[in-house]
Amino acid sequence: MASRIRSDQPQPQPDDGSSAVGDPLRPSDHVDGTPVDDTAADVTQPRLNLVGYLRFFWRQLTSMRTALILLLLLALGAVPGSLVPQRSSDPNGVVAYQANNPGTFKILDSLGLFSTFTSPWFSAIYLLLFVSLVGCIIPRLKHHLDALRARPPKTPARLERLVGFRSVTTTTDAATAIAEARSLLRRQGYRVAEYEDSVSAERGYLRETGNLIFHIALVGILLTVGVFGSFGYTGQRILVQGEAFTNVIGDYDSFEPGRFADESSLQPFQLRLDTFEPKYAFQPDGSWAPEDFAANLSTRVAGGSWTKQTLKVNAPVDIGGTKVYLLGNGFAPVVTVKNPKGTVVYSGPVAFLSQDANLTSTGVIKVPDGLPEQVAFQGFFCPTPVNSSTGCRSLSPYLSTKAKALPVLQLSVFTGDLGLDKGVAVNAYALNEDKLTKIAGFRTSVPGLDLHVGDSAELPNGLGSIEFTGIKRFVSVDIHHDPTPAFALLFALLILGGLLLSLFVPRRRVWIKAIPGRGKQLTRIEYAGLARGEDPALAGAVAELAQRHQQHLDGVPDTASDDPDERT
Amino acid sequence: MSTATLAAYSVVAVYSAIAVYVLAFIAFVLDLSKRSAIAQAAAPAVQAPTSQTTAASGSSRVAKTAVIDRAAPPAVPAASVTGRASRYQRTAYALVIVAWVVHVAALVLRGVASGRVPWSDLYEFVLTGTAIMAGVFIVIQVWRDVKFLGAYITAIVVLLMGLASVNFYVPVGPLNPALQSAWLVIHVFVATLGTGFFAVGGGLSIAQLLQSRREAGGLTRVPLLATFPNSEALENIAYRVIVVGFAFWTFTLIAGAIWASYAWGRYWGWDTKEVWTFIIWVVFAGYIHARATRGWRGSRSAWLAIIGFTAVMFNFTIVNLFFKGLHAYTGIQS
Repeated sequence: MASRIRSDQPQPQPDDGSSAVGDPLRPSDHVDGTPVDDTAADVTQPRLNLVGYLRFFWRQLTSMRTALILLLLLALGAVPGSLVPQRSSDPNGVVAYQANNPGTFKILDSLGLFSTFTSPWFSAIYLLLFVSLVGCIIPRLKHHLDALRARPPKTPARLERLVGFRSVTTTTDAATAIAEARSLLRRQGYRVAEYEDSVSAERGYLRETGNLIFHIALVGILLTVGVFGSFGYTGQRILVQGEAFTNVIGDYDSFEPGRFADESSLQPFQLRLDTFEPKYAFQPDGSWAPEDFAANLSTRVAGGSWTKQTLKVNAPVDIGGTKVYLLGNGFAPVVTVKNPKGTVVYSGPVAFLSQDANLTSTGVIKVPDGLPEQVAFQGFFCPTPVNSSTGCRSLSPYLSTKAKALPVLQLSVFTGDLGLDKGVAVNAYALNEDKLTKIAGFRTSVPGLDLHVGDSAELPNGLGSIEFTGIKRFVSVDIHHDPTPAFALLFALLILGGLLLSLFVPRRRVWIKAIPGRGKQLTRIEYAGLARGEDPALAGAVAELAQRHQQHLDGVPDTASDDPDERT
Repeated sequence: MSTATLAAYSVVAVYSAIAVYVLAFIAFVLDLSKRSAIAQAAAPAVQAPTSQTTAASGSSRVAKTAVIDRAAPPAVPAASVTGRASRYQRTAYALVIVAWVVHVAALVLRGVASGRVPWSDLYEFVLTGTAIMAGVFIVIQVWRDVKFLGAYITAIVVLLMGLASVNFYVPVGPLNPALQSAWLVIHVFVATLGTGFFAVGGGLSIAQLLQSRREAGGLTRVPLLATFPNSEALENIAYRVIVVGFAFWTFTLIAGAIWASYAWGRYWGWDTKEVWTFIIWVVFAGYIHARATRGWRGSRSAWLAIIGFTAVMFNFTIVNLFFKGLHAYTGIQS
């Protein structure tokens, strides 16, 4: 309010409707901006010195046209990010692309198209755009702060050419008309200044305020993601029923730290999957559609005791600022492998990854030690099996209890070098068959193993035996620590709020002038407005203002509110 | 009534709505051809300087304040030489409203049958999206008469509904767990709202481009354009409509990010659909800047609006069907 009181103090103003101070500052090629005649400058100053060049490039960079071109480049540059698989969102797709099109892969990869959004050229576009943006908003911010303290500009000498001009005559004297105009405009939310026999009024400063908030919040989002995002980390883990996971890097299946994140960024806590309850609905077409997945977890922070929590797809579990998300689920058959002497050399659940909606699953069991040779099993698990030539297929995602179709584990057996001895990380869910020999299963002379729970089978060549002892559930979880969402949300809301203000608040100036009549002549009152930016409703607003003002002068009781915005 | 019966009634309503939209389309086209005839007949009159516009606005007051000396010319030039809507146009508009009511009834039936909001698979999404498109077209007439876009809007609506009914239809099913969120209701609904405004804005921009070509002396064989508002008025209306769409689109982005942070553990991950939502946002941001940039206002910015709407359509059809990504909720088994 202080600024409003100050604005009533007289200040020298140029005598036209669009003073420079009152207008929002715009780049020179903005439709409302002041054009800069570069050609004229070139004539008088044919040789630019370094400062001149810098000034020239800076003006180019912060111009509307450059910002526009950069925006369009940004849109265009994002297109390949949707056409080509991205390392960030679809790493397997990238691998598949490389395998299928090695030639084009090389070219596209050298262009950075498989990580479009972190590629140098994409970064260059948005960084230039943001430099341009900052260069544009800083002077505008300063200018707007000045404008907020300035008083509305002096009434133009001739109002006739302005929007919504109208003129009426009245018996009321000029001073009363002006006083009435002033109080009416103030009630309508205008900032007013009196000049001799006229009132100059302006409203809608929030339009520029919103515009600046919008652009500053965009910079805020970029900084939040770019700087704070580097303190986060994300990791994945497959959690089999009963197993406890401890939040250290070594306990993850895969782990991607942010630039500034390390082991010390990991909050100490433990997770355990107790039970998993999926719900499916049977569809008229014979398929099963997932309805709900609930993983019942126990969690424990350092020094605390186990607490029970339920993890669902849209409801992550929050442990001290680190979030756990449910990504996938499946079955983990429990097997025990014994050597020929009957000693247990391998025992435990093995997660089999689902291949379809009915949880036909595939998996690998690797037994590197304890048997005469390194042994691997590869095959299928089907909760409700029907046999096909290449392996079982599941008809339902639920574990069958029918004697004719009990859950089945079908395995081929391999011997040879598992490639685990070199200390190189190897995918636990895939088998590299290069140095392995298939000794039982499809396309060998020995049939594969077909096991139900409780069954055991001798391995070929007297290698030992395997027993299928039970079935557990597993879930795959994404563990995510990201310090940015709260800030990002704040800036996103500022973006939305700023946008709404800058698009829908009209910035307008109106003038009411009272010209006293000579002798017995009546007082003439003139009304006119001037739009500052998009304002299609200005003419109507001036007409309504004039009507209200006349009603006040006529003493007509005015039942409606004076603020036109309050009624709409 | 059983779920299957309700769903079946919904399908009947969809086909009925399509049929009425087709009738409306025919009536709109007849209106356009009538405009063409009127414009040709009135061609000499249009050549004459327009001076009758201010005649009606002078009036006298009885109270202490007196006669208005002079009124400024209206800001928006007279929209149409015909003055009154043709019978075809009034029929067409009435038909659109009838079709729309049936269309919404189809959606309500589908929603009741499934026990959730009817925009969870591509079929339902297209039905809702077209209903909103038609709804925006109907409601916008209260603000500005843009009924000349009727043929364009009904054509898009009929094509999309037909495509959805024939190719995307899936029976009513339960909601995918990833979609069980209040944010789904908001995010998807606001996205379709934005689409509706972008559709109308795109049509206005096309009309604006044609009109400005005519004003530059071209397109003499399309006389019906003379009955449309001038290109500047078209641009102003298009801008107002698109700006509303842009505000909705911004909200869509934010609501989508919030939903993603619950469902997928991150609020932004450059998933295919996210990329396209971003591209569309940037193109329309470019449109708004272009309108404020000297040398880009007018036809160039109109092209951006059309490109933007094309990207929206691409996003909702091609990207949904053929691109791999987390937003794979078409319900169509490949």
